Amino acid sequence: MEAVVDRARAWAQTERHFEVDAEQLRACLLAVLPADRVLCAPEELAPYECDGLSVFRAQPLAVVLPQSEDEVVAVLKVCHEMGVPVVPRGAGTGLSGGAMPHPQGVVLSLARLNRILAIDPVARTARVQPGVRNLTISEAVAPYGLYYAPDPSSQIACTIGGNVAENSGGVHCLKYGLTVHNVLAVRGFTASGEPVAFGSVAPDAPGYDLLALTIGSEGMLAVVTEITVRLLPKPVVAKCLLAAFDSVRAAGEAVAAVIAAGIIPAGLEMMDRGATVAVEDFIHAGYPTDAEALLLCEADGTEAEVAEEIARMKAVLEAHGATEIRVSRDEAERLRFWAGRKAAFPAAGRISADYYCMDGTIPRRAIGAMLEAIREMESRYGLRCLNVFHAGDGNLHPLILFDANVPGEWERAEAFGAEILERSVALGGTITGEHGVGVEKINQMCVQFTPEEREAFFQIKAAFDPDGVLNPGKAIPTLHRCAEYGKMRVSGGALPFPDLPRF
Amino acid sequence: MTDETQQRIISEWQERLHTARERRQPVRIRGGGSKSHLPWCGIPDDALVIDTRALRGVERYEPTELVVTVRGGTPLAEVEALLAERNQWLPFAPPRFHAGTTIGGVVASGLSGPTRLGHGTVRDAVLGVRLLDGRGRVLRFGGEVMKNVAGYDVSRLLVGSWGTLGVLLSVSLKVAPVPPASATRRFAMTAVEASRQLNRWAGQPLPLSAALWADGTLWVQLRGARAAVEEAGVQLGGEAVADDEADALWQRVRDHHEALWTVSDGMVLWRLAVPPTAPITEVGARFWFEGTGGIRWVVAPPDWDGFAYAAQLGGWAWRWQGAPAPRWMNARPETVAAIEARVRDVFDPDRLFGDGPFGEG
Repeated sequence: MEAVVDRARAWAQTERHFEVDAEQLRACLLAVLPADRVLCAPEELAPYECDGLSVFRAQPLAVVLPQSEDEVVAVLKVCHEMGVPVVPRGAGTGLSGGAMPHPQGVVLSLARLNRILAIDPVARTARVQPGVRNLTISEAVAPYGLYYAPDPSSQIACTIGGNVAENSGGVHCLKYGLTVHNVLAVRGFTASGEPVAFGSVAPDAPGYDLLALTIGSEGMLAVVTEITVRLLPKPVVAKCLLAAFDSVRAAGEAVAAVIAAGIIPAGLEMMDRGATVAVEDFIHAGYPTDAEALLLCEADGTEAEVAEEIARMKAVLEAHGATEIRVSRDEAERLRFWAGRKAAFPAAGRISADYYCMDGTIPRRAIGAMLEAIREMESRYGLRCLNVFHAGDGNLHPLILFDANVPGEWERAEAFGAEILERSVALGGTITGEHGVGVEKINQMCVQFTPEEREAFFQIKAAFDPDGVLNPGKAIPTLHRCAEYGKMRVSGGALPFPDLPRF
Repeated sequence: MTDETQQRIISEWQERLHTARERRQPVRIRGGGSKSHLPWCGIPDDALVIDTRALRGVERYEPTELVVTVRGGTPLAEVEALLAERNQWLPFAPPRFHAGTTIGGVVASGLSGPTRLGHGTVRDAVLGVRLLDGRGRVLRFGGEVMKNVAGYDVSRLLVGSWGTLGVLLSVSLKVAPVPPASATRRFAMTAVEASRQLNRWAGQPLPLSAALWADGTLWVQLRGARAAVEEAGVQLGGEAVADDEADALWQRVRDHHEALWTVSDGMVLWRLAVPPTAPITEVGARFWFEGTGGIRWVVAPPDWDGFAYAAQLGGWAWRWQGAPAPRWMNARPETVAAIEARVRDVFDPDRLFGDGPFGEG
């Protein structure tokens, strides 16, 4: 994995260097925090070397685990005074290296700030600390018939603080929105430890919408220590419809037809045959493995409403060439339909030593064209790719299969992924739908944004964090980095030396 | 409109900004002028004006993508008519104080109509923008897809920025299918009962779309699947309101054409935004509310302090109409105000565009 370690080192070399006296830093942290909240030994730091994107690794100088807002402030003040980078971290399930440590910095884990502070069933809000897990909120408010809508696939483990940092989505976004639509207010601290609060439980808040800037800012603008989320009434019933198609293009067209018919499904997912076969071998969800594409279409609401919507969806899908349609007869069958889709990532892990999950978004109309392009890339890069999509919102998660122990495969996988993202931009989409830029897609930001736009992002960062110590070097590439990347790209997206590390 | 024409107009505006900077002259952005009656929308005599209506037209409308991209100076009415052809709508139904309302003004003001209760706000619907900022830069943020986390969410920062950061050259908005069925129910209730009942209903899976309480009557609009609306109507009870009567009422409420919003001379109209479950008291000379109680309107004599009252309830207020300044909403903590000022520096360091509603009055 030496090449992998080099990647993070190369990233750090391209970024600003911070002069930090590690011993002095640790002493200062231990002066403001109890000893059990400060990790310094290499074996203690190891679990924090990466987030869910394990190919990017770096060892921080220290990891701190504050248990109160006061302790968070104390850490921020120490780091601010010493000019030390601070990388906030939730559960570490992120997939873009957003929580990858800074080699001259401190990882600020918010995992121990994990209390639900208040539930207001009448106002339908919950006030929680950032370390509370996404699913825990829904479980805690279930007795009131309420739930928290965004449900990223990692919802058992990921924290709400991480969701705020990434503006996480899930499979129900088309109908219920992303984190930015479901968080009403946050409070927290700037890099220098000054208290801030953005948003409101009132229908709107005065002044500029700094809440919107903070959500999805990848921990670069402020450290959030308290979050007020909006809760929704739980639908009485949900039903899932499974439809098979003999081409991905036909499935893509059927998706457009459902929307054109005025239906907003609660969930609308698509899998190609490679993905279907891999999960069926693993989970035995009962998927037809001879279909080129599968759609999962969910309706939720009252019994009568769901019956009405399922009937309308079924008619549209039949008219658009579905070769087989099944409607879940009960909750167990609905969950079985979903179990396959939700097991797509582990199923990829089962048939391949490693896999690399991408996250572009494209207009729905381009789904067929994109899948055909990916198929062509598979042969060009000599790697297989399984495709799962949040088809309702055009968010793709191609899973590129590779083996990190085979020299050159990771580099090829990475170039393959980069080409998918750049193609997403060319098709009118974006390089990241919900996983964030982190360190992973920082080069592709050069493709999606002009130098002036990137300058504006840096200026916004400086408006919140003038000294640039909060998660530095992530998400927004410098002019220098983009110039270097520009030199490497050639027309058509293929790299001149695909087997070489790209730094 | 050709790309050349568009480019020529943008270049002209960039030049105007340049001139204004050199002469230290204010610039004001205006669209249809439909919000010119609001106290913070006045145009100083010495201002250079950028009239956004020079840049109009729908750039792209793809019903199956649920997205429309529109130039800032396009009349809202034109966009809504286009969507209606495909049985779609802007579900936040922004107010049209008069027919001139432009899409740029809709986004810059961040105002949503009564359907925000069930279908969200303009902020929820904004996907992307193209901005001409005070430095003369043309910048594009967001895009036309629902899920997009590349870069900071500047598109939403511009919602409710009241033209203080730049000119909205174009905006991409998420649109929605018009719900197949709707029905309105009417109830005789006090304000306190109405708010309590609405918050209870909002916690249940009911297709609530809009609500208004005024003069001892609660009006609730349901929209959704036919079956859901029928069931909910039975569950809610009350009295059914005929469709044409209901439609006319909701249009008047949306556009503030309902008599409620007509304020006699010498009185002040306040818009309070407070936590919906904050205690309801019928303050002032007249009082009514939208949604479950979060947006409260008060008509009061000039000596009544709506700012203090809203703050006491945990919210904030606008002096919407009547009597001059101050219009000031509520003071943010110093650290937040300092960040806001620096965010303004990003886009308008010379303060060409003025303070909008954010100034000290």
